[in-house]
Amino acid sequence: MEVNVKLFGDLREGRFEEKKTVLEENSRVIDIIHQHNLPLDKVAICMVNSCQAEFGQILKNHDIVAFSPPVGGM
Amino acid sequence: MKIYRVNMAKLSFVVEEVPDEWKVLGGRGLTSVIIAKEVEPTCHPLGGKNKLVFAPGLLTGTMAANAGRLSAGAKSPLTGGIKESNSGGTAAQRLAKLGVKALIIEDIPDGDKWYCLHVHKEGVEIKEENELLGKGNYEVIHTLTSRYGENTGVLTIGQAGEYKMSAANISVKDPKGHIRSLGRGGLGAVMGSKRIKFITLDDNDGEGIEVLDKEKFQKAAKIFNKGLLSHPVSGNALPKYGTNVLVNILNEAGGLPTKNFRMGQFEGAEKICGETMYDTIMDRKGDPTHGCHVGCVIRCSQTYNDKDNNYLTSGFEYETIWGFGAGCTVDDLDIIAHVDQICDDIGIDTIETAGTMMVAMEAGILPWGDGPGILKLFKEEIKEGTPLGRILGNGADFTGRAFGVTRIPTVKHQSIPAYDPRAVKGIGVTYATTTMGADHTAGYSVTSNVLNVGGRIDPLGKEGQIELSRNLQIATASVDSAGLCVFTAFAILDYEPVSHALIDMINAQYGTNWSVDDWFDQGRYILKTERAFNQAAGFTNKDDRLPEFFSEPVPPHNVTWDFTGEELDQVFQF
Ligand code: SF4
Repeated sequence: MEVNVKLFGDLREGRFEEKKTVLEENSRVIDIIHQHNLPLDKVAICMVNSCQAEFGQILKNHDIVAFSPPVGGM
Repeated sequence: MKIYRVNMAKLSFVVEEVPDEWKVLGGRGLTSVIIAKEVEPTCHPLGGKNKLVFAPGLLTGTMAANAGRLSAGAKSPLTGGIKESNSGGTAAQRLAKLGVKALIIEDIPDGDKWYCLHVHKEGVEIKEENELLGKGNYEVIHTLTSRYGENTGVLTIGQAGEYKMSAANISVKDPKGHIRSLGRGGLGAVMGSKRIKFITLDDNDGEGIEVLDKEKFQKAAKIFNKGLLSHPVSGNALPKYGTNVLVNILNEAGGLPTKNFRMGQFEGAEKICGETMYDTIMDRKGDPTHGCHVGCVIRCSQTYNDKDNNYLTSGFEYETIWGFGAGCTVDDLDIIAHVDQICDDIGIDTIETAGTMMVAMEAGILPWGDGPGILKLFKEEIKEGTPLGRILGNGADFTGRAFGVTRIPTVKHQSIPAYDPRAVKGIGVTYATTTMGADHTAGYSVTSNVLNVGGRIDPLGKEGQIELSRNLQIATASVDSAGLCVFTAFAILDYEPVSHALIDMINAQYGTNWSVDDWFDQGRYILKTERAFNQAAGFTNKDDRLPEFFSEPVPPHNVTWDFTGEELDQVFQF
C-alpha cells in the first residue's frame, strides 16, 4: 500500500517535505519512523489524516501521515 | 517603588506611594486592578473618565529571563470591557529601573493641542508636540532615537491612534529600533484620545530594582533560565522558525481558519509557512532569531528582508501571517510582510485588521485573495483616514455592521485569531469566555489540543476543554502579571522545577512566602476583578458566546461548535 508522508520543521532537514511511501499491508506509524530514520525523541506530534495518532496505529492505503518536532507559538 | 500619575486635563504630574494592596501586583494584575478601582465601567472609553495605565511585571528588570514585558490597560474602545495588552520592547525595563510600578494617565486635555511625555527619574514632563504629528511609528522612533539617543525607550501611536480608531495599537520600540506592539483592543485610540503622540523613557540614574534576598533570587533565576532553554519548544522550535512554525501544524490538524473560517485547511499553506519563511530569511540575509527585549533567551523574533535584501519587517508573527494569508486566501509571504510593516507603521492591530479584511472581502470591497488590494486599503484609506479607512480602522465588527455582513468572526467585538474553534475546541472556550474579547493568548488551549504540551486533549471533542481553558486562563493571568513572556508557559507547565523557581524568584524579591498555588490565586483574583468590571460595564453570560455561523461544519473534519451556554458558563465557576 502507499501512504503520503509529510514532515515539518527540522525533521525536513536532509529528508523531504512530502513523499509517497510504499509500505506492507498492516504497517504502523512506527514503521514509517524507522523507514525514514526519524529520531524518535524528536517526533512530538504525529497525525494520520489530520487526527492525532499513536505510533502503534495501523495504516491504510492512501493515508496521510504527518510528523512534527516539538513546536509552539501563539 | 512609586506610582507616576499624569493628568492631561490639568497637564499636571504627581508621584504617589504604592498602596499596600498593589505592592505584590505587577503587569496585567496591576493594570486591571487599577482600572477596576479608578475607572467607571460605563464610561466612554475615549472620554475623560477612562485612564491609560502602563505597568512593568513583577519580575521585570531583574535577571529573570523573558521578564521584560510591559502591560497596558484601559477600558477598551473595541470591546467596551476591560483590556490588558502586553508587549516586549524597551519600555518595561526602563519603567522598572526607574522604580515606577505604574504610570497612570488620566483625563483629556481641553483644546486641540497634542502632547508628548518624557518619563525620567524626577518624574514626567508634559510637552506640546507638533513635529511628529501625522507621522508613522518608524519615523517617530527614528527621530526620537536621534533626539534622545539609542538608549531611550519609546511608546508611540501612529496615524490610527491619532484618528482614535478602535483597532489602533501602541507601538513599543524594540532593542533594534524596530517595533513591537501593545496590540489588541484599541489602546492606541485611548492614548490618542488623551492627545499623547508618544512617551519617551530615560532610566538614567533610576533607583534600580530592589530584591530582598539577592542570593536566593540568583539561584532560582539560574534554574528558571536554564529550564526555558531545556524545553524543546522554547529552546529550539521558537528560536528557529518563530511562531510561524504553526502554519503547517494547524493546517495539517484542520484548524487553520481559511477564507473567513469556511475551511480548516489552506491550499497555499506551504507558501506562507514557517519553514518557507526561514529559508527566505536566510536567502535574503535577514536575521532568523532575536529577542524583543534584553534578557529574552527564547528569541522568537526575526527580521524579514525584501527581495533586494533590505529590511522589510520584524516580529513577523503566525497570527499576522495566518490572518492576511489563509484568512484572506493570500499565499504571498512578501505581500503579507508588507502589510505587517505598514500595520506597524500606522500603528494598528494585525489580528483585528486581518479579521476586518476578511469581512471586507465578504462585503465585496475587494476580492478574495487580493493581497495588493489589502495593501492599498491600508495605504490609501486607513492611513489617510478616509471615510472608508475610518470604517475599516474600527475593526471587523464595525465594518461588518457598516456593510450588512453577518459572517463576522468576533467575540465581544474583537476579532477571533488563528485557530478554528470548531477544530480546536479548547481555544474556542477561551475565545468565548475570556474577559478580553476573542484572544488566544488569554488561555492557550492549543497546547494540549494540538501541540502535546502540558498534557493531551482531543481537539475535536468537548471533554476536558472547559477545565483546560479555565486553568490556562488563571495561569496566564499570573504569567502576565509577572511580566513574563507567555512563551515561558511551555516550560512552566511542563517542568515543575521551573514553576518552583519562578515562585522562588517572586518570594526572594518581595519577601512573600507564596506557593505555586498562591500565585495562581492571584490569577483567579485578577480574572474575577476583570469579569466584575465587564459585568458592571453591561456584559452578561450571553456575551460569552461565539458567533452563530460556527454552527456550520468546517472541513476537513466537518465539526461544528457544539458547546452549550450552560457548559461555557462553567468556566468562571471557581
Ligand atoms: S520569546 Fe519572542 S515574544 Fe517572548 S520575549 Fe522573546 S522575542 Fe519576545
